[in-house]
Amino acid sequence: MSKSRATRGSNLDSDRALSLLTMMERIRAFEEQACLAAERDKLVLGAIHPSIGQEAVAAGIMQAVNPDDFLLSTHRGHGHTLAKGAEPLAMMRELLGRAGGCCGGKGGSMHIADFNVGMLGANGVVSANITIAAGAAHSMKLQRDSRVVVCIFGDGAINRGPFLEGLNWAKVFDLPILFVCEDNQYSATTRTSAMTAGDGAAARARALGLVDHTVDGNQVEEVADIATQCINRIRSGGGPEFLHAITYRRTGHTSFDPAAYRPADEAVQHEQRADPINRQRELLTLAGKDKSELDRIHTQAQQEMTDVLQQAAQSPFPDPALALKDVQDIGSPEQELR
Amino acid sequence: MTTLTMVEAIRETLRAEMLRDERVILMGEDVGHLGGVFRATDGLRQQFGAQRVFDTPLAESVIAGSAVGLAISGLIPVFEMQFLGFSQNAFHQICQQIARTRFRTRGSHTCPITIRAPFGGNVRTPELHSDSMEPQYAQGTGLKVVMPSTAYDAKGLLASAIRDPDPVLFLEPLRGYRLVSDDVPDDDYTIEFGKLRVMREGDDITIVTWSASVPVVEQAVEQLVAEGINPHVVDLRTIVPLDEAGLVAAVEKTGRCVVVHESPAAAGFGAEVITLLQEQAFYSLQAPLKRVTAPDAPYPPPGIEGHYIPSSELVVRAVRETLID
Repeated sequence: MSKSRATRGSNLDSDRALSLLTMMERIRAFEEQACLAAERDKLVLGAIHPSIGQEAVAAGIMQAVNPDDFLLSTHRGHGHTLAKGAEPLAMMRELLGRAGGCCGGKGGSMHIADFNVGMLGANGVVSANITIAAGAAHSMKLQRDSRVVVCIFGDGAINRGPFLEGLNWAKVFDLPILFVCEDNQYSATTRTSAMTAGDGAAARARALGLVDHTVDGNQVEEVADIATQCINRIRSGGGPEFLHAITYRRTGHTSFDPAAYRPADEAVQHEQRADPINRQRELLTLAGKDKSELDRIHTQAQQEMTDVLQQAAQSPFPDPALALKDVQDIGSPEQELR
Repeated sequence: MTTLTMVEAIRETLRAEMLRDERVILMGEDVGHLGGVFRATDGLRQQFGAQRVFDTPLAESVIAGSAVGLAISGLIPVFEMQFLGFSQNAFHQICQQIARTRFRTRGSHTCPITIRAPFGGNVRTPELHSDSMEPQYAQGTGLKVVMPSTAYDAKGLLASAIRDPDPVLFLEPLRGYRLVSDDVPDDDYTIEFGKLRVMREGDDITIVTWSASVPVVEQAVEQLVAEGINPHVVDLRTIVPLDEAGLVAAVEKTGRCVVVHESPAAAGFGAEVITLLQEQAFYSLQAPLKRVTAPDAPYPPPGIEGHYIPSSELVVRAVRETLID
């Protein structure tokens, strides 16, 4: 087990730091708009699962990979997808089930995919992406391709069988993959610690022989540093690694969930103490950046995503015939929609 | 032309497809070093190397799940479920991940995956090693379900499966692996999915069957012919896609039909066949449609499996009853 070093203001790469802040602000703004779309505008048919408070994991990990590397994500994957390079308008249309979405409106929030940016799919089933990611990494190895795979899943996933099967597979075949347990401490509405035996995620990975790391998932600089080191080792043939990034889910399980099952002030306290955006702003301020510059990043992100929602909301729904298309190459069912 | 057993035809087709397309890889429990518990991949690791033919952990959900990742990033995985009964451990990955990738991605990506799985009974192996569960997968929309009964069909259908852009569940009747043998052309050929095979022309009654039940029906036909009954017999070959037109024509020809399959009756694929005939061939029917299937019970211990699997005697009796009606 290794710990990443604390990053200090004095040796901060300010370009990278600003870029990380910008991405976190964009993710936050995107999801705030998505929540408004769901709750205020009733435009999301079904649930969305926000990652508000967890943006440092998405931004930090994704700055460490190349545009053509692969990502597999979860039902809480808007941040990962945006940070991987997907267009926010196409993403928002996808969340709203509209034409012009990344998947033509058929994937939705939980099954969003954008192969053009190496995003091989979010997945609505906890831990299902782990086995698929192992296969993608296997493919890279068999084809002697230098791309690496990042597979992000939540803390709930470590209690499902495919976690064991996927990690074991990756180690047995020595694959180029970084597993990231984005630990927001809740499995849907239950505290994960109450449902998890033993020493948790990293210990389980270690037991399978993976190199494991634990990082403060609310410190984007630390996440970015350690992810960069991991990806470099993995790309040069070092085999699979495991990163346990501990963060916190500010919202309920879905945007509609008031999270009444946890102490009333838990989320507020966490926001005051460990909000990843506030922390990054403080770091940049210490490094001499002007508050107005940081505020401008915030305002621009807010404006960008407000426009995105507005445009997405005006996009048409897909042709209903699409519901019966893309089943198999032998053609779509011929009966009419009922 | 060479006479091959079904398992030999499968092995030679795998070999030919791997020679034809270097993206084809084989994986599964014991398929590499051992060559498969039924020898379907015997010698292929030696020929093609460990990069293209490899053993996997005994872990069906990651075998099936990893195939998605392999397929969407450029390879053509052919994986073996050692027994179809084991595939339930990967039911989620097969029906909800593999089968839905094309749909979810608005057709931008497909999963060219072939899942090979031996199934069916009468080989003295207990319970979940003998299960026939094709109807469960027939509802996995996005998945094709292919069920050969001869070595000739096994070769042509498996070649089609591996070349198909979409996922195919290729079910191999365990009992037929070595008992079934027939002439197989040495040259390359494929068989189109959704085209049934007329096994025998006849006028009195239509018998519809597939895969493991084909030899049972063949035995029944001998008896029926000896009694002066002239049955028309079809082998569906693929249940998804289903040859609806061929099926309707086959039954309209005689106005009577018995469906024979080895899985249990309730919600079995015979129910789908009969519903289709009721919808599309109703006015040609002269007698109620009938099924001969396994009973609605788990697969029994080997010593009494003969009482469970539909027998040729039951088929003969069902045909006689249908002709009297």
